[in-house]
Amino acid sequence: MFERVKSIWRVTAVRLSVAYTLAFGLMAIFLVLYMTGGAVDYLRQQYQETINEEVASLEKIYRERGLNSVIRTMEARATAPGANLYVISDPNGQILAGNVRTIETGVLRSEGWVLHPFEYQPFQVENDERNHRAVARAFILPNGMRILIGRDIGEPERFRDVVRRALTLSMLMMLAVGFLIWFFVGRRALKRIDSVSRSTERILAGDRSERLPVMGSNDEFDRLSRRMNAMLDRITVLDSGLKSVSDSIAHDLKTPLTRIRNKADGVLRADADDTEQVVALGEIIEEADQLIKVFNALLMISRVEAGSQVAELTPIDISALIADIAELYEPLAEEEGFAFTVKTEPDLMVQGNRELLSQAVSNLIDNALKYADGGEHNGKQIELRLYREKGSIVVAVSDKGPGIPPQDYERAKERFSRLDESRTKPGSGLGLALVDAIAKLHSGQLEMSDAQPGLLVRILLPALEK
Amino acid sequence: MKILVVEDDSDAAAYLLRALKEAGHNPDHAGDGETGLEMARAANYDVLIVDRMLPKRDGLSLISELRSQDEETPVLILSALGQVDDRVKGLRSGGDDYLTKPYAFSELLARIEILARRRKPDETEHHLQVGELELDRLSREVKRAGKKILLQPREFRLLEFLMRNAGKVVTRTMLLEEVWDYHFDPQTNVIDVHISRLRGKIDRDFDQPMLETVRGAGYILRDPSGG
Repeated sequence: MFERVKSIWRVTAVRLSVAYTLAFGLMAIFLVLYMTGGAVDYLRQQYQETINEEVASLEKIYRERGLNSVIRTMEARATAPGANLYVISDPNGQILAGNVRTIETGVLRSEGWVLHPFEYQPFQVENDERNHRAVARAFILPNGMRILIGRDIGEPERFRDVVRRALTLSMLMMLAVGFLIWFFVGRRALKRIDSVSRSTERILAGDRSERLPVMGSNDEFDRLSRRMNAMLDRITVLDSGLKSVSDSIAHDLKTPLTRIRNKADGVLRADADDTEQVVALGEIIEEADQLIKVFNALLMISRVEAGSQVAELTPIDISALIADIAELYEPLAEEEGFAFTVKTEPDLMVQGNRELLSQAVSNLIDNALKYADGGEHNGKQIELRLYREKGSIVVAVSDKGPGIPPQDYERAKERFSRLDESRTKPGSGLGLALVDAIAKLHSGQLEMSDAQPGLLVRILLPALEK
Repeated sequence: MKILVVEDDSDAAAYLLRALKEAGHNPDHAGDGETGLEMARAANYDVLIVDRMLPKRDGLSLISELRSQDEETPVLILSALGQVDDRVKGLRSGGDDYLTKPYAFSELLARIEILARRRKPDETEHHLQVGELELDRLSREVKRAGKKILLQPREFRLLEFLMRNAGKVVTRTMLLEEVWDYHFDPQTNVIDVHISRLRGKIDRDFDQPMLETVRGAGYILRDPSGG
């Protein structure tokens, strides 16, 4: 039992509810005492003033007309409804006149204010079982007789009791409601947290298809679960990407490594002369350099895919960037017999990384130079364009080559995804994958379409207003 | 040249030391950052080659610590990281050049030779001369044997870089970095065509070529008269 209480106590919601209830309860008790106490004090003060006024008027009568008049006045006043308390007694405390039948012993022996409420029994009401309480002021006359003028304080006390009862009741109700709220809302929330943590446990245990529960109420828990599920989906995609990449690496890198090994083996076995050896070693170095390039490209892609902390994105003039790249490639394109046209709009800005965007555009032009021989009919043409389209800046590279069938567009973006027809040409099959990753890093897209004839590749980037 | 290699991977260090010796240099080795810093302070090296990730004291901290006393000695940072901004961080901490692993040894050799030469500051010099080839940065005029040669702006910068490093091998990557400010490798031989255009302008009308291709490494601009 004690263990169970302890385990409940560990639950945050329970601890919070208890703390809130305690704090609120103390506050409420303080308020009740303060408010009722204040009201009673105020009423008592009022009564003292009333009594003082009464005393003053009786004193006046006493001075002007003597004791008998005072007694008569008091007797007359005592019978009025809602009257004050009037007692006249002999020196021994025997009540002679007034509207009080009995009074707490000792009160009549004192002189001055009796502010501590005392009990008495009035005359008028028969069979009155209630306790009557009053405050009063007592005088001793020169002849030893005593006069007591007081006021019943039952009314403010009753008022105080009523308020206290009401407040206590409402606090009890609040406690009950609080408990009910905790039971139905808090416990429900706790149950959902439990179910979330059970799901995470299963995911941790290796069930990648497990997802956090979504109730459909679209509350905070559902929103949290949805985000976490989206995150899990993304992780799964990255994970399977990683797996297919490592498969591809194993497959695609085995070939050049085997070539290198065989070449070295060949030179070592045959009685090759020095020049043959030098040539073979040169080839081996070239192959190795090519491998290094592939690894660098792979590293680059995974870095770029990892997110924006890889490279700082700053506002850059993409018009100037495209002009620079065009200038770099123009001689080569011409040398290879391509008609290379560049059309740009000036002063276009994007939030980006010059290095990465340059590399992306450079990859696209490299691809076009490699694959875009349109043969006799269409010739060799590459067009590099930069323009604004609605909210986007578009970098477009189009050629008149054989193009890519539309069903292969998505596959072309994958790592090591050299399409069959390009297998014979040199290249790592990483170019477009990197462009895709760079476009995504810049919150942009890589799109391919048919240039009729040829391939049109477009990088769409969010435009930045100057 | 006296070279200090600070590298914790003993295989990589052994390979580097042997290759540097074969290239005619005089390399020392330190296996961790603290030893590297002590050795760099104790002896007067021409170039330091520093790996970024080292035991005891990492490469960048070694460099910035060294830079508080020694402004001069050129440092080449070697790194397996190779993120885009890594280069910037490396250079900001006081490194002079940055090379990502894996690298070709020819690339490293070309870079340290140029780094060692860079110690003599000649960046302010506006008149450059290699043999009969002259370049004036102010008037932007290029002459060979007194004959004016017209160059495009980029060709001018290409030639200027080659002339500053005359007699040394410059690699394609170095040209891309220094002349175009790109730090990636294009898949195609873009630089070759720029070089051959430049060569067409400075060598075509003369008997002796000055701009030579070094197979497997890069290019070299030489004074054919041997000066």
